[in-house]
Amino acid sequence: MNGSPSKLLLFAAGATVLVIAIAVFAPWVAPYDPLEQNVISRLKGPSAAHWLGTDQFGRDILSRVIHGLRASLGISAAAVAVALLIGGALGLIAAYYRGWTERIAMRAMDIIFAFPVMLLAIGIIAMLGPGSTPTAIAIAVVYSPIFARLLRGPALVIAESDYVMNARSIGASDLRIIARHILPNLASVVLVQTSLLLSTAILVEASLSFLGLGTQPPSPSLGTMLSEGRNFLRLSPWSAVFSGAAILLVAFALNLLGDVLRDTLDPRLRGE
Amino acid sequence: MRLLRTRLIELVVVLFGISIITFLMIRLIPGDAVAIMLGANTEVTPERVAELRASLGLDKPILVQYVDWLAGAMTGDLGVSIWTRRPVIEEIGAHVWPTVQLTVFALVLGAGLALPLGVLMARLRGQGWDVVLQIGSVAGLTIPSFWLGIMMILALTVLAPGVQMLGYVPFSEDPLGNLARLLLPSIALALPILANLARLTRSAMLDALQQDYIRTARAKGVSERSILFKHALRNALIPFVTSVGIMAGYLLGGAIVIEQVFAIPGLGRLILGAIAERNYPLVQATILVVTVAFVLINFVVDLLYAIIDPRVRH
Repeated sequence: MNGSPSKLLLFAAGATVLVIAIAVFAPWVAPYDPLEQNVISRLKGPSAAHWLGTDQFGRDILSRVIHGLRASLGISAAAVAVALLIGGALGLIAAYYRGWTERIAMRAMDIIFAFPVMLLAIGIIAMLGPGSTPTAIAIAVVYSPIFARLLRGPALVIAESDYVMNARSIGASDLRIIARHILPNLASVVLVQTSLLLSTAILVEASLSFLGLGTQPPSPSLGTMLSEGRNFLRLSPWSAVFSGAAILLVAFALNLLGDVLRDTLDPRLRGE
Repeated sequence: MRLLRTRLIELVVVLFGISIITFLMIRLIPGDAVAIMLGANTEVTPERVAELRASLGLDKPILVQYVDWLAGAMTGDLGVSIWTRRPVIEEIGAHVWPTVQLTVFALVLGAGLALPLGVLMARLRGQGWDVVLQIGSVAGLTIPSFWLGIMMILALTVLAPGVQMLGYVPFSEDPLGNLARLLLPSIALALPILANLARLTRSAMLDALQQDYIRTARAKGVSERSILFKHALRNALIPFVTSVGIMAGYLLGGAIVIEQVFAIPGLGRLILGAIAERNYPLVQATILVVTVAFVLINFVVDLLYAIIDPRVRH
């Protein structure tokens, strides 16, 4: 970095907070009901009444983007949280207990990791049927091994450090050592990776919805909007343009945040 | 040799695990999978359910089912499509080429441009470009390929109306038409890979340029150009090659989505069609074949890695 990581960090953090705030307060932020149809003003371009225009049913695109953002972010965040919990726990347990526990846990994760992400996600949704919950489950499953692998490495180093040995020698329980001594030291890794993986999870969720496997219409979802808007590209491209731009914006903000955080928190890169 | 043996054992374990997971896919469907499958296209009667269950072998004990299925899979028999009765391996064969072509094009395009771009980015370091490059590469990484594809179509319908850019023609029928139609989807698919690999090259180059042997080369009076491309780049290639293997899987997922945008009849079309018809044997077989291919590619890349980097061999 060339001397201004804090400005960039501020920008990325600001953008992320803004996006999350819009998603959380969607019902209050959105100017219209995202499902309210208005046959008279269909497929209109941006105007004072409808800032981003209207879709094929005369629904307000801005309101649908805002609610779609809420759905996409909600599904992705839930999925990443579950993946962090399951994958992270397995990675920690593997690093702490070593031996057969480690071998079995990491092998199982390797096997899931061997599937191309989208393909396994599609397979899981094929089994469970399309919808928001199956999408969240699918993303949680495919992301678990990523967290397990990411956390195992640093956890191994910490588990062999002197202070963990000391804690063990004074008779601290395994749970206490993991929770009090290992976990806090992984906070920065977790923060960086959660931010980066949330960004890619949003892209996966949008792809699945785009394929018709995720959130089902008429519920607003960015991927579904893009897929529907595609059919009206010649008449009125606004729905496709803005829903995709919103996906890019969220994924970009979260990815940049993770990226800048990594530069800021990683002491090896800081002094470079 | 020891490395090869360990890798081979790992490979077998992973392939075995993949086979169990894909095998279980149909068996873990909540409810009666057979009735669900039939419900997609026909009336569900007890006779039809019993008949399909028997023809899929789902009436046998689960271990017997697995052994039968695995033995079949190893000899290329992955069952028949429940609607067309064609062997699923034929259906996959009929759809695999557009996807392979698309994936390879995007990989060549992305990886090919990433090397020079990454070297350039490494050279620009500390000249005020760093923030721009960082923002640019994060944007490249997070731009949804399918949206980019749609925006390209939109731009072209405005700029060059009448140009045929959707669909697919086999290379053997119309080589130029084939390449022309794959150009846009390949570019859309390649951009995230390009951003990812260019960044990786940049940091690997910066890493390599700090090594002692570079200082030695400089002291000997080796030209800057030669240092950059001969000494540093060769070492930067090591992480690059590993990543390219991983990218292949990512690209494949992206290709499934991009195929929908550009109406390309590839594996994406096949698997989504199969899901819509609840043709589970076809879904299962496609996932198995593609994943095994992907694992084997990565296995080969791993071995290549050992050849490039003598340190790994020992």
